[in-house]
Parts: sequence; structure tokens; C-alpha cells
Amino acid sequence: MEYFLELFFSGLTRGSIYALIALGYTMVYGIIQLINFAHGEIYMIGAFVALIVAGVCTIYGLSGFAILILAAAIAAVYAAAYGYTLEKIAYRPLRGSPRLSPLISAIGMSIFLQNYVLLAQTPDFLPFPRLIPDFAFMDDVAHIIGSPELVILVTTLITMVLLTLLIKKTRVGKAMRATQQDLNMARLVGINVDRVISLTFVIGSVLAAIGGVLVASYIGQVSFYIGFLAGIKAFTAAVLGGIGSIPGAVLGGLIIGWSESFAAGYISSDYEDVLTFVLLVVILIVRPAGILGKVRKQKV
Amino acid sequence: MLQDFKQSLVVSLWFVFLTFPLLVVRVNTIENVVVWRWSNILWVAIGSFVLSYFWRFLLLRRNRRQKQAEEGIASYGPLQAALDNILLRNRAMAVLLVLALIFPLIFDTYQTNIMVTALIFVVLGLGLNIGVGLAGLLDLGYVAFFGVGAYSYAILNYYFDLGFWIVLPIGGILGCLFGIVLGFPILRLRGDYLAIVTLGFGMIFKVMMENWETLSLGPSGIANIDRPGFFGVQMSLAQSTTYIYYIMIALVVLTIIVTNRLKNSRVGRAWIALREDEIACVAMGIDMARTKLSAYALGAFWAGIVGVIFAAKTTFINPASFTFMESAIILSIVVLGGMGSILGVILGAFILVLLPEYLRAFSEYRMLVFGAAMVLMMIFRPQGLISNLRQIYQYKGTKDKTAHD
Repeated sequence: MEYFLELFFSGLTRGSIYALIALGYTMVYGIIQLINFAHGEIYMIGAFVALIVAGVCTIYGLSGFAILILAAAIAAVYAAAYGYTLEKIAYRPLRGSPRLSPLISAIGMSIFLQNYVLLAQTPDFLPFPRLIPDFAFMDDVAHIIGSPELVILVTTLITMVLLTLLIKKTRVGKAMRATQQDLNMARLVGINVDRVISLTFVIGSVLAAIGGVLVASYIGQVSFYIGFLAGIKAFTAAVLGGIGSIPGAVLGGLIIGWSESFAAGYISSDYEDVLTFVLLVVILIVRPAGILGKVRKQKV
Repeated sequence: MLQDFKQSLVVSLWFVFLTFPLLVVRVNTIENVVVWRWSNILWVAIGSFVLSYFWRFLLLRRNRRQKQAEEGIASYGPLQAALDNILLRNRAMAVLLVLALIFPLIFDTYQTNIMVTALIFVVLGLGLNIGVGLAGLLDLGYVAFFGVGAYSYAILNYYFDLGFWIVLPIGGILGCLFGIVLGFPILRLRGDYLAIVTLGFGMIFKVMMENWETLSLGPSGIANIDRPGFFGVQMSLAQSTTYIYYIMIALVVLTIIVTNRLKNSRVGRAWIALREDEIACVAMGIDMARTKLSAYALGAFWAGIVGVIFAAKTTFINPASFTFMESAIILSIVVLGGMGSILGVILGAFILVLLPEYLRAFSEYRMLVFGAAMVLMMIFRPQGLISNLRQIYQYKGTKDKTAHD
């Protein structure tokens, strides 16, 4: 039972990170029907910036929890800036071109950003400093759920609540929902669609960066390549839950997290990464709209 | 003028901000040292300042071109005119073929070896071009079929001692079969989902080959694969390379002929129609599943064949040769050369394989440049270096008649 709980919580932790990244995919796809292939790279850049900030801070004598917050904040700012620039350079000039064009552009951008970090920083794994302390009150349950996992879960929960409030309650959120329903109609009623799209990228990037910082301090290492696999898994999560649907992305993330964690715990970890893809293929064949997605009829 | 300057200045400052942590600071968290590379700021500032001018100029030009195209003033470059001239084209092809045939006689083994690699990528590019360029099916796991071919030769050679010429068609057919088996369930998906699923298949193939040690010997790979035989004649390394070179030339010629014929066939036109508008195409009575599947399977077939040759050339393969990066390179060959254009893909393959090979200093930046090139091509020249001319049927009489009236 304890082993089960341990796997349950590790799956929950992983799943919530996937959910954070998946939100970025789902929101962008909801509005402009584009798989933002470079989204995983934004997540990686977020983790890298956090590593750099944390590294510099530790060397110049700061320590502890303050660094984590500072690193996360700066990482979020940079990820947002990268997300914004990415949209402006690689996707905006391609509005209205055939569907394949922005997708290829996104793949190109993903390759570019990966290699940019590889060349600017290092091809090796860098150790990420342990920034989350072990809380004393967690001692009793530490063998099931550790302090880093708790921090991740709480942070994700807060982020999700804030995001939901933003989308459901604010003017900006309303504009985003309107744009998602019908881009041209939204433009007609006076919504600055370009700004909404930019904002969507910025929000998605911030979420990805938060995920990146959390994962880096949880796993304890960062490399230029982490964005690729995490990106695909998060995308699978978004598809599983129903792309375009925000609760769907969270649900999908959790399902993937759990299935990975249980498969690794009870079966074997060799095929851990394959499992996600098999899941993806099965969903797409059985129910392409995803669990919570609406089946949209194609109109001619 | 001043406006432009201001704009570029803002862009330049923005990029300095953007690249600051990654390009300037480098921390070593093990030894606790920070390296500040301030000089990089200067490069970024100057570079982005100049590039922003270029960017604006190119965007302006693109918009002007688009407007012209809408008004029906098609620009017709001298290169395109030369390509349309059949006599000129035939002569150029003959010259190229002769050059290709005497290449190993002039250059040494090293050069021939590089050329074989380039030719392998030509065939891969042409194979992928069937799917991506003609039928509009973005396949990001194409390298898996290449891997199927390579592994089928390696495994059959290792366990059953089968020769190159027997496995060559088997490799192609196996690649084709894999294409059909994998393609069947996923062809109902729309373009972007298909991309992700094929990417997944590419990864699954690699992980399978790494973990299924009883079959593929795992990450260490299979070594000592036989080179292609020629009626039992003993060949030195140099002779064998030349021999593979000629096999590749033959294969390239065959691929060109077949894909060219396919392109203009009934199936080929169905592919192009499917790429342009799926719904309209199905409404016209084209069997979507069969058409897509045939494109997918034919692409996989070429990858399988060329995989066998690859295994025979390197005599050693391991899963690391079949990563997403290879798929990305093949895709950028097709994108750079011009989707759907055979000549473009050939040119693209040569540029993308030979350039990094001869500019060694540049090879580190290879993937960076490929990535950027894919983005830039999509924005400024989506038709590729050599665009694929549409077959245009013209009724010659009309023009005269209206002139007389």
C-alpha cells in the first residue's frame, strides 16, 4: 500500500508538471490551431535561466528558499519574453498560409532554440542546486511524499486556480475565450486578436517556465534536451484530455503522470517513454477529440 | 529613415535582453564559478540591428510579391524559364549524369564516401517528398523506415548470413509493410496530429532497438555487416566504396524516374489534390485512405531500400543513427529544396550534406542554421529553392481570338 501511495504521489507530481506544460499547448491550439512545437524549448529555457540565476545567487552568497522564488520569477519573465518573440518571428508572418507552413516553422524554431542553448551553454547535463528544503512537518510522511513534491503540488494548484480565475473572470480572459470560439468574429467585435494571441503565448510560456523550474529542482539536473521529450509528453496530455480544453489538459497530464509512474513501478522503466506514445496513438485512433474535447464537425 | 533606425534599435535592445542570461552568463554549478562573456552582447546587438533591417526589407518584398501574384502578374525568373526548356534540361541532365559517373575516377575514396552519404540523403529526401511534398502528410518519424531497412539487413546478415542483393528488396518491402501497418490506423488523422504520431513512431523504433537486445544487440549495435558483393569478387575498401557509389547512382536515377512518373500519374495527381483540399478531394470520389496509404508506403519503401545500402556502407549500425535529428535533416532537405519539386530536393540534399562536410568550422552550427533556415524558408520562400511548377493546361486559341475581336 505504501509503495502504491509513493507511486501515486510521484505520478501526481509528474502529472501536474505535464499539465502545466500541456496548458500552453492547449491554449495556443485552441486559438490558432497550431501545435507550438517550440513550447517544450520554452520550458527548457525557463529551467536554464532559473539554473543560471540560482547558480549566480549561490556563488554570490544567497541561499535557500528566496533563491527559488527569485529564480522562478526571472525564469518566468524570460520564458514570457521568448514566447512572445517566438510568436512574433515564427508564427505571425505565417497567418493565413497553408497549415503545414507554421508547423514546419515551429519545428525549425524548436531545433533552433535547442541548438542555441546547446551552443551558448553546454551540451552536458548541469546539476541544479537543491533549492527546496526538507520541511520538518513532512518527516512523518517523507517516505511517501517528499517536500519537493509537496511544493510542486501546491504551486501547480495555485497556478491552476489563478489561471482559471484569469480566464473566467477578467476582461482579458473573456477576450481569449471569444477569440478561441471564433477568431474573425472576435476581431469584428473589436478585440485586438493579435494582442490576445501574443498574450496566450506569454501565459503559456510562463506556465511552462514554472513547470521547468519545478522539474529542474525536483530532478536536480538540466540540459538543452529536456524540452523535447517533456514537450511531446505534455502535448500527448493535451490531446488525451481534448486539445483546446483547459481542464482536459490537467486531466490528461495527470493520467500520463500516473500511467508512467505505475508502469515504471510495477512493470519496467525501459519502455517508460514509449508508453506515452502508445497511449497517444490509441487515443487518436479511438477518440481523436480527447476525453473532454468536443467533437467538432468540419464544415465546408 | 529615423523611424527605421529607432525600430531597429528597439529590436537590438530587446535581443540583448533576451539573450543576456544564456549567452553572457555561464555558471558551473559544480566548481561554483561564473564566467561572464560580455563581448557576446556586442555581437548580439550589432547582429540583431542589421538583421532587423533585412527582416523588414524581406517582409516588404514578400508582401509586394504577394500583391503582384494576386493581381496576376506572375514573376517568372530566368532559372524557371531554363528549367522549362526541355532540350536544355535534357542536355544538362546528360552532362550531370556523365559527371556523376566519372566522379570516383577523379576524386579519392574520401570524397566518394561523402558523395555516397549525400546520395543516400537524396533518395531519403525524394522518398519523404512523396509524403510531405506531394501528399502533404508531414512525417516526422521518417528515419524509422530508414532504420527498418538498415536493421533488416544487419539482422538478416548477422543471424542468417544473407547477402546484400537478397536483402535489398526485402528491406524495401519491409519498410513498405511497416509503412502500411503504421499508416493504416493513423491516416484518418489531420496533418498536425499525424506529425506528432509519426514522431512518436520514430521514437518507439529507437527505444525498441535499444531495449530489444536479443534481436538488435541493444545500444552497442551490430558490427561487421557485409559489404555488397559482386559475384564473389574480393574487393578492397576503396573499390567497395566506388562500387557502393555506383549502386547509389543507379538507385538515385531509378528513384528520380519513378517519382517523376508517379508525380504525373493518376495516383500522383490524387496526392496533390489531397494536399490541396482534403474535403474537395474526397467529394470528387478519391479514396482518401488508399491514396494516403500509398503515399506513406511508397515513401517508406525508398527509405527501407536506402537503409539497406546505408548498413552495407557503414558496416556498423546502432540505434543512435536513427534519431529525430536525422528525420529533421531529411525534412529540412525537402523544405529547403522545395516541397514537391524533385530537382529542388536533390539540390537541397547536396547543400545540406555537403556544406557542413566541407565547412568544418561551420558544422557545429549546422543544426542551428537548419532550424533557422526552416523558419525563414517558410516565411519568405515557402515554395523552396526550386519551386514545383504546377501543371498548367492552357487553351491556346483563346488569346488570339480575343485579340481579333
